[in-house]
Amino acid sequence: MSHVSSKGLYYTIFISLIILTGVTVAIARVDLGAWNTPIALAVAAVKATLVILFFMGVRNNTPLTKVVAASGFLWLIILFGITMGDYLTRSWLGIPGR
Amino acid sequence: MNHAVNEPRSYLDAPYGVASWLLTKDHKRIALLYLISITVFFLIGALFAAGIRAELMTPEGDLFTADMYNKLFTLHGVVMVFFFLIPSIPATLGNFLVPIMCGAKDLAFPKINLLSWYLYLIGATLTLGAVFMGGVDTGWTFYTPYSSMASNTNVTLAAVGVFIAGFSSILTGFNFVVTIHRMRAPGLTWFRMPLFLWAMYATSLVMILGTPVVAITLLMVGAEAALGFGIFDPRVGGDPVLFQHLFWFYSHPAVYIMILPGMGVISELVAAVSRKQIFGYSFVAYSSLAIAIIGFLVWGHHMFVSSQSIYAGLVFSIITMIVAVPSAVKTFNWTATLYRGSITWESPTYWVIGFIGLFLVGGLTGLFLGAMGLDVHLHDTYFVVAHFHYIMVGGGVMAFLGGVHFWWPKMTGRTYPETLGKISAVLVFVGFNLTFLPQFVVGYLGMPRRYHAYPEEFQILNVVSTGGASVLGIGYLLIIGYLVASMFKPRNATANPWGATGLEWDIPSPPTTFNFEIDPVVTEDAYNYAGRAQKTGDN
Repeated sequence: MSHVSSKGLYYTIFISLIILTGVTVAIARVDLGAWNTPIALAVAAVKATLVILFFMGVRNNTPLTKVVAASGFLWLIILFGITMGDYLTRSWLGIPGR
Repeated sequence: MNHAVNEPRSYLDAPYGVASWLLTKDHKRIALLYLISITVFFLIGALFAAGIRAELMTPEGDLFTADMYNKLFTLHGVVMVFFFLIPSIPATLGNFLVPIMCGAKDLAFPKINLLSWYLYLIGATLTLGAVFMGGVDTGWTFYTPYSSMASNTNVTLAAVGVFIAGFSSILTGFNFVVTIHRMRAPGLTWFRMPLFLWAMYATSLVMILGTPVVAITLLMVGAEAALGFGIFDPRVGGDPVLFQHLFWFYSHPAVYIMILPGMGVISELVAAVSRKQIFGYSFVAYSSLAIAIIGFLVWGHHMFVSSQSIYAGLVFSIITMIVAVPSAVKTFNWTATLYRGSITWESPTYWVIGFIGLFLVGGLTGLFLGAMGLDVHLHDTYFVVAHFHYIMVGGGVMAFLGGVHFWWPKMTGRTYPETLGKISAVLVFVGFNLTFLPQFVVGYLGMPRRYHAYPEEFQILNVVSTGGASVLGIGYLLIIGYLVASMFKPRNATANPWGATGLEWDIPSPPTTFNFEIDPVVTEDAYNYAGRAQKTGDN
C-alpha cells in the first residue's frame, strides 16, 4: 500500500529476528523438559509475526488483507486444535488403542 | 448469429497457431487447454476403472494379480481425483466464465493462470511417469506407514506429481478470489453475482487454505523417507495417524472442491431451464460459504476406525451432520426453483434432474457413514465406494457435463445434436445407477473394497455393476464423439441459445478476446427472468 515504513524500523525488525534466532539456538542447548517444543514454537511464532506484520507490510494494509492473513492462522489453529483434541483424549477411555 | 465482416475476431481465431495457444494468456483459451488435458486424464482414469470392473466380473482374482489390482485402483483414484475432478469445473468452466460473469476482460493474473496449466501438466506428467515405471499401490490416500515404509512402488514420484499439481490448484483459486474481489463490473454487487461465482469463490477459499496442508504432508512423507525424520514412523517417535489427520484436513475439503463448483453450475442451470429467479438466492449463496467453512471441521469422520479418540470421533460425527444442512438447503432451493417453473426440456435440463437425483442419494448415504456406530460396519466396504462415487461422479461429473452442454455453444460457437445430448444424459444416469446402486448392497452385506477377489454370493451384483459401467462408458464416449464432431462443423450458435440471463449471454458466441467491446454495467439482480419476459413480452 502507499504507507512506507522508515529504514530504521526495518533494521530494528531485522536485528530483532537475528536476536530471536540466537535465542532459538541457545534454548536448543538447554534441556527444558516438556517445555522444549512449546518454547521453541513460541519463539518461532514471534519471528513469523514480525515478518508478516512488518516485512510483508500487513500492519499498514487494508482490513481485507489483515483478514486474509489472520484466516491463515485461524485455519492453523483449527488443524492443530482439533488434531490435539484427538491426541489428548485418547487415554480417557482407559482401553489401550481406543 | 452471423457476424458481420468488420466485427472483432473471436478468441478462437485471433491470433492463430500452436505457439499462440501454448503461450496464451487468454482465460478462455487456457480453459480449453485445461478441457483437453482433463479429458485425456479422464480417459486414462476410466481405463483403470475398466480394468477394475473387468476383474470384478468373477469372484476369483483371475484377470490381474493382487499387486496389479492394487495399482489399478490406486492409479484410478490418483488420476481421477487430482488430475480430473479437482481441476474439472474450476479450471475449465471456471476459467472461462469467472471473468466474463464478473464483466472483466480476463482474470486478475493472466500469466499466473497460464503458469497454473503448466504446473498441472508437469505434475500430471510426473505421476504418469510413476505409472510407466511400474505404478503405485498405496491407494490414492498414500496412507503411512505403508507408503513411507513398506511400499516398494513409485510413491515418491507420484506424490511429487500431486504436490506440484497442488500449486496449480492454489494459483487458480488465488486468481479467482482476486478477480471476484477486484474486477467486478460497476453495479455487480456481491448479491447480484451469479451463484456460480459464489460457488467458485467458496471453492477458491478451500483451495487456498487446504491445498498447502496436503503439499506439506506429502513433503513430510518424502522427508521422513529420505532423511529419517520421526514424523509418521513410530520407531522414531512419529505417529501414523497424524498422517491421516493432515491428509484428511485437506482431502475432505477437497471433496467440496469437487462438488461446490458443480453446485454452482447447477444453480445456473436450474434457473435457466425453469426460467425463474433462483429460490432463496442469499441462502444458496451463503450455503456455499458454509459448506467451505464447516467442511474444514469434519475430516475425522474418515478415521472412526483408526486409533482416533472416540471423543474426537463424537465431535466429528456431530459436525458431519451439521455440514449436511447447507447441502440440503441448496437441494431444497433448486427443487423449489423448479416447482412451477416454465421448464424447457432441453439437454441441460436432463443433466440438472440427473444431478439432483444422484447427489441426493450420495448426500444422504454420507449421513450413514458420518454416524459413528454405523460407520464401523460400513467402513472400507463397497458402501463407501458407492457413496463417494454418487457425490463425485453422480454429482461432480453430472454437473460438469451439464455445464459443458450448457456453455458449449458459448465456448465454441457451435451447437451439438440436442437429441444426442438428451440420450447421453439418460445413458449416463442409467449406467451410473446400474454401476453403483449394487455396490451399496454388496457393501452393506460386507464386501470390502480394494480386493481383487470376493465371495461367490456377491457375483450377480458385481456383474450388474460391470454391465452398468459399460453403459456409463458408452454414454461418456458418445458425448466426446458428438462434441468433437461439432468442432468440425460451421459455427452456428447464437449469442443466447437458451434464452438465459447473465453477462456471458450478452456477448457473441464465441466471445472476442477481451470479452466485452463496451465495459458492461450491471443494473439488475441475477436471474431476472421475470423482468426479461416483461421486457420482451416473451416467456
